Amino acid sequence: MPYLSRAGVVLTLAALPFVLSLFQVVQLTVFMIFSLLALSLDLIWGFGGILSFGQAAFFGVGGYAYGVVGINTGLSMLALAGAAIAAAVLAALLGYFTFYGRVSDMYFAVITLTVTLILHQVMGTTADPRYAIGAARLGGYNGMTNVPSLALELPGRPALVLEPVPLFYVVAAFLLCILALCHGLVRSPFGRVLAAIREDEGRTEMLGYDVRWRKLVTFVLSGAIAGLAGGLFAGWGNFINPQVFSLSQSALVVIWVMVGGRGTLHGAIVGALVVQHLTSYLGAASVSYTSVALGLILVAIVLLFPRGLVPAVLGALMRVLARPRPAVSESP
Amino acid sequence: MRSTEAILQTRRLVKVFGGLRAVDGVDFTLRRGELRCLIGPNGAGKSTFFRLLAGMLRPTSGSVRFKDMDLTRLHPHQIAKVGIGIKSQLPRVYDQMTVAENVWLSANFRHGGEAASAVVDRVLQETRLSDRRDTRAAHLAHGDRQWVEIGMVLAADPELILLDEPTAGMTRAEARRTADLVREINRRASLIVVEHDMDFVRELGAAVTVLHRGAVLAEGSIDEIRGNEAVRDVYLGKRHARR
Repeated sequence: MPYLSRAGVVLTLAALPFVLSLFQVVQLTVFMIFSLLALSLDLIWGFGGILSFGQAAFFGVGGYAYGVVGINTGLSMLALAGAAIAAAVLAALLGYFTFYGRVSDMYFAVITLTVTLILHQVMGTTADPRYAIGAARLGGYNGMTNVPSLALELPGRPALVLEPVPLFYVVAAFLLCILALCHGLVRSPFGRVLAAIREDEGRTEMLGYDVRWRKLVTFVLSGAIAGLAGGLFAGWGNFINPQVFSLSQSALVVIWVMVGGRGTLHGAIVGALVVQHLTSYLGAASVSYTSVALGLILVAIVLLFPRGLVPAVLGALMRVLARPRPAVSESP
Repeated sequence: MRSTEAILQTRRLVKVFGGLRAVDGVDFTLRRGELRCLIGPNGAGKSTFFRLLAGMLRPTSGSVRFKDMDLTRLHPHQIAKVGIGIKSQLPRVYDQMTVAENVWLSANFRHGGEAASAVVDRVLQETRLSDRRDTRAAHLAHGDRQWVEIGMVLAADPELILLDEPTAGMTRAEARRTADLVREINRRASLIVVEHDMDFVRELGAAVTVLHRGAVLAEGSIDEIRGNEAVRDVYLGKRHARR
């Protein structure tokens, strides 16, 4: 059954570009990039039990790192690696001081949000041309607008810039690979200890596990995934600006995971897809007060399905399948 | 297995909370392989002393030495690493996980990989939890939860085990089984057991240290302790008078 559903997902993704319009393909590509960002939060929040408001920060730092490396070297694959590494370094610094400083989970959420908003302010003040790293001008609130596209760079061959449809496949492949990686991680002994930390941190420490180190590793991994998503995003749209560090963007990541279902991994992906489709539908349908309508729908989802859409749907499916069949004929 | 070598030793151990000297200059020695019960009336400082030994509290002054290590400098996660197993008073188990997973978490730290699952099987048999291995801990009776936690301690193969009121909330029969288990464990590990239940202490047949007002009042076998005037006044005496 799992193999069947996995094959189904891969086939569906492969077939989509033939069915959808080019605009829809481009749009779905960015939604999958957001799904990757949602996945990064579910890893640290759903499995590590730590609410991070900083995923937008790692996403943005990844985007800027992609721009800086890409503009200076012209190598988009190197830039993508730079995006993941830069975000991982920021996560490592932030995580080291908070986890080893024994900052409580509540303050951790506040600190990560604060860091994101500080980045928003700081990047906004870089309009002056002297704020440049090599050839890459940071550009203040306008951001970087000459970010190179993602391209396939094989040694000895000219770089092949990815057209929308190949880019869709590349992003889909990234998403599926990282989803598989996260699934492997949470089922591994490391992941089982992580589940124990989420349930009772002090008890897990008494068993001998260094809780701080494990939280840090998870957080760095989560940051790297968010950074990779940011790099893909900058390469997808050829721009990155401080808007990625905004309060609404930080909150949106948390909403995606809440709507889809925390602690399920694929729930995060579904959440991002559903919310983003809803947003763009409401925008296109020119519903007045789009954000009010969207807000009401989100509140309704959270109230009706407190554990998220995916667990609710799967649970309903299980109940239907497990329902005892009506008795055939009972002897009188 | 008992030897003259000290496995755990405290020197002039003091813990002050505000104006209260909860532990007031305790010199205590446990030899390797020994089983010792710690008793005393309520407020005698048993729990504080236990938490100092377990590294859950830092002493105001004095030292706790395990073999040749100073325990007061270790982080909580390092206490388990050096070979000390701790079972606190209320069973602290992972409610959302199965019995086997609870024990596995402890076994995995010490043994890792393949060996861990063999240790889980052995420990579940020893604690007679094999038939409930796939039950979630939240659905267990109180006594069984105590055993799950004892199983978690055993799975780490510690050299020294600290048990805080292991029979709290157990029935008479369960307490008797626990006494058997504790004696069995004592073949391979040194133990300190904090206990209220005098019948349980008698069943263990172990040496007893009596704490009173944060200091050691008496030490000896259960019969010596019963014969001790001072102890009878503060502790046993009152109980006998009530009977």
